[in-house]
Amino acid sequence: MTLRDFVNKLLGRQPASAATAKQRLQLVLAHDRSDLNPELLEQMRREILEVVSRYVEIDLEEGDVSLETEDRVTALVANLPIKRAKAVVNPAEADGEAADPVWTASRA
Amino acid sequence: MSDRPVARYILICSGKGGVGKTTLTANLGIALAKQGQRTAVLDADFGLRNLDLLLGLENRIVYTAQEVLAGSCRLEQALVKHKQEPNLALLPAGNPRMLEWLKPDDMKRIAAMLGESFDIVLIDCPAGIEDGFKNAVAAAQEAIVITTPEVSAVRDADRVIGLLNTEGIKPIQLVLNRVRPKMMANQEMLAVDDVTDILALPLLGLVLEDEQVIVSTNRGEPLTLNGSNSPAAQAYTNVAKRLCGEEVPLIDPAKARKGLRAKLGRLMQTKIF
Ligand SMILES: Nc1ncnc2c1ncn2[C@@H]1O[C@H](COP(=O)(O)OP(=O)(O)OP(=O)(O)O)[C@@H](O)[C@H]1O
Ligand SMILES: [Mg+2]
Repeated sequence: MTLRDFVNKLLGRQPASAATAKQRLQLVLAHDRSDLNPELLEQMRREILEVVSRYVEIDLEEGDVSLETEDRVTALVANLPIKRAKAVVNPAEADGEAADPVWTASRA
Repeated sequence: MSDRPVARYILICSGKGGVGKTTLTANLGIALAKQGQRTAVLDADFGLRNLDLLLGLENRIVYTAQEVLAGSCRLEQALVKHKQEPNLALLPAGNPRMLEWLKPDDMKRIAAMLGESFDIVLIDCPAGIEDGFKNAVAAAQEAIVITTPEVSAVRDADRVIGLLNTEGIKPIQLVLNRVRPKMMANQEMLAVDDVTDILALPLLGLVLEDEQVIVSTNRGEPLTLNGSNSPAAQAYTNVAKRLCGEEVPLIDPAKARKGLRAKLGRLMQTKIF
């Protein structure tokens, strides 16, 4: 926080707008550059969470999939806190019934 | 063939309209010509041509790019030489109806013709990313992207940079226009570093908001023509120098302001926690 932000806060003024502009630009450019609209991103987020939750129990509330961009390179960043590991399921049989589940111990 | 180096074909583009492409082209054209570069400025904005007006050459147009392409006149007949700065010539845009048949290859042909007798060809691009833009890109090898420190202009610049990258245009350099030091100091305008970081381009120049720009367009005499020492005039001249490889330090918008208020402004930017 700069001295200006502090003074603005004291006086109940809005914070200076340049930082907001930068944030909004970074977000919108991440979408522009990847050609993903928010709807598609949301759909992808749901599918990623669905796949991941077959393997580990994740916190669906905390789970976050977003686009970040730096130096004209856009990355898909998933931040999925794992509650606990699940039985490892053979992906091929994931939809059917899994035989002999193997438990793994690794946790985030 | 002569042994002079090959011509440079430089596109001046922005995406968003009205951010200062034509003003930059006119001023840069004059400044480069003054530095001894034989410079051609090509008005590729066929829909809304204005470069002739900013250069004060509107009354001397006889033929345009249209007649040159149709073969109904020679290139030399269409070129309008600047009286005061004979190293500079304008190839005017033709009738807007040209847009109906103009193809990227036509622009390539025109640019190649200009390259025979000029060192630098500056191409004033139309706004947008449609056919007019694509035609202009076809004629270019390198590009200057101009933007203002505003969200919409920066976003559109980013689009254009993506397209230039796919076309293999290189180098791509940035000019930041209409910078207001006071607003920047108050953090009510995107900082210079914010824009260069976001767009990831090297900064070729920084032009302050300057009333003299309007005065000079009224007269049809670019600021770089008569040795004006207004901030924008200096900025345009410096862009020309840097384009030719000279190292000229960039102005610091914070230092462009003097006095007590400026000092207070800098104090206010101190990080406290
Ligand atoms: N540094 C500056 N300070 C003040 N005014 C400026 C500056 N640069 C450009 N302008 C003004 O902004 C307006 C638009 O400039 P210009 O015509 O060069 O933009 P453009 O990008 O070529 O527009 P278009 O997309 O319509 O071709 C003009 O009125 C011009 O005088
Ligand atoms: Mg223009």
